[in-house]
Amino acid sequence: MNGIHDMGGLHGFGPVAVDPDEPVFTSRWGSRVFCMTQVIDSLGIWNLDEHRHEIELMAPEDYISHTYYGRWMFAMERILERRNILNREEVDRRTEEIAADRRKFTPLQPAGRNWPLAEGDKVPWGAWRKNEVVEPEFSEGQWVRVRNIHPPGHTRVTNYTRGKAGEVFRVNDQAWVFPDTRAHYRGENLQAVYTVRFDAQTLWGEEYAEPNSYVYIDLSENHLELMQED
Amino acid sequence: MGHNHAHPKKAWQAIRTEAIESLLNEINVLSSDDVDRVVRHYEENVGPRTGASVIARAWVDPGFKKRLLADGLAACEELGIGGPETELLHVVENTPAVHNVVVCTLCSCYPWPILGLPPAWYKSSAYRSRLVREPRKVLSELGVVLADEIEVRVWDSVSEIRYLVMPERPDNTEHLSESELIDLISRDHMIGVARTIELNGQEN
Repeated sequence: MNGIHDMGGLHGFGPVAVDPDEPVFTSRWGSRVFCMTQVIDSLGIWNLDEHRHEIELMAPEDYISHTYYGRWMFAMERILERRNILNREEVDRRTEEIAADRRKFTPLQPAGRNWPLAEGDKVPWGAWRKNEVVEPEFSEGQWVRVRNIHPPGHTRVTNYTRGKAGEVFRVNDQAWVFPDTRAHYRGENLQAVYTVRFDAQTLWGEEYAEPNSYVYIDLSENHLELMQED
Repeated sequence: MGHNHAHPKKAWQAIRTEAIESLLNEINVLSSDDVDRVVRHYEENVGPRTGASVIARAWVDPGFKKRLLADGLAACEELGIGGPETELLHVVENTPAVHNVVVCTLCSCYPWPILGLPPAWYKSSAYRSRLVREPRKVLSELGVVLADEIEVRVWDSVSEIRYLVMPERPDNTEHLSESELIDLISRDHMIGVARTIELNGQEN
């Protein structure tokens, strides 16, 4: 989807602000959200592409203002609700009770909760299927063009490369899950991932591109097409 | 957003997170002890020094360097390094003619097991939006001024492959031990927002 998350090339965000004394976690709640997510990643509740896509579905103004771990909290809540593990009403109520310093919380209704997950209902999280082999369609040194596609769902093909021509620098010929379909449970579509090299002038135009600069980006085979020889 | 009248100083996100954690404990999805262990792992066990130990080994051991450039993760495993969020690692080498720098424009992909968690600026909208479009300008603002003759390579790691920059070993370091070399290498060198390594501990 063409969302605020797809930031490559945007103007207007100002200088990069660096805090040289930043701790690993800048807030306790951020550390809890991140580390709860790490634990849940291993439970078969979501896959990583689904999790990323959920973040993309935030309202753009929330994406910017909720900060990094706020996005993770949003995704966690939404997927847990979709999977019928924990719903928003329950979180809202508990939040209000904690905010009001209640000692006793309203008991949860046990019936109908999809937990623990049945074995067959668990989903694999990672992205490389090591027991599978794929046959790459392109090879190093070939020129490819990024498909000019604007899918409304999840995709890892960045807007700033679409329609642009680049050279295959490296073929990562492992069996990679195709995030665009896995995020929506429409199959893993295992395929190679290509590191494609783009000249800055191709991406940003002669007038504004910086000299002697290149962007290397990893793209799935389904995002690329071979350029016709003239 | 605010149900936080009783805690005027506590962010709504802090209270909501507390609520989610207490509920997930209650329905046995996770235990806070497990979460504590993960927090400790990221605060104490992993960090840029892990990556620095990989780079320093490559500087002193040409065989290891060759294996590292061929298959980053396999070489890291020789040193007992690995973990989630890095399925394949490419190490990219700076030379007098080339400077490498890493970003993820779509989220904030980063080699957690090698460098720990990314700093806030790496996750910032400014870095993610600007680095691919004006890397020289961003780098110069961060103190790395590159002559036009030096090729800039920006690695936008939007897939599941992670990147680590190998800075150049400075001259006159033959007398240093491996652990002294490790002390010279910072997180910023391995992301690529620092380039030269100063022996007196300063960097740019």
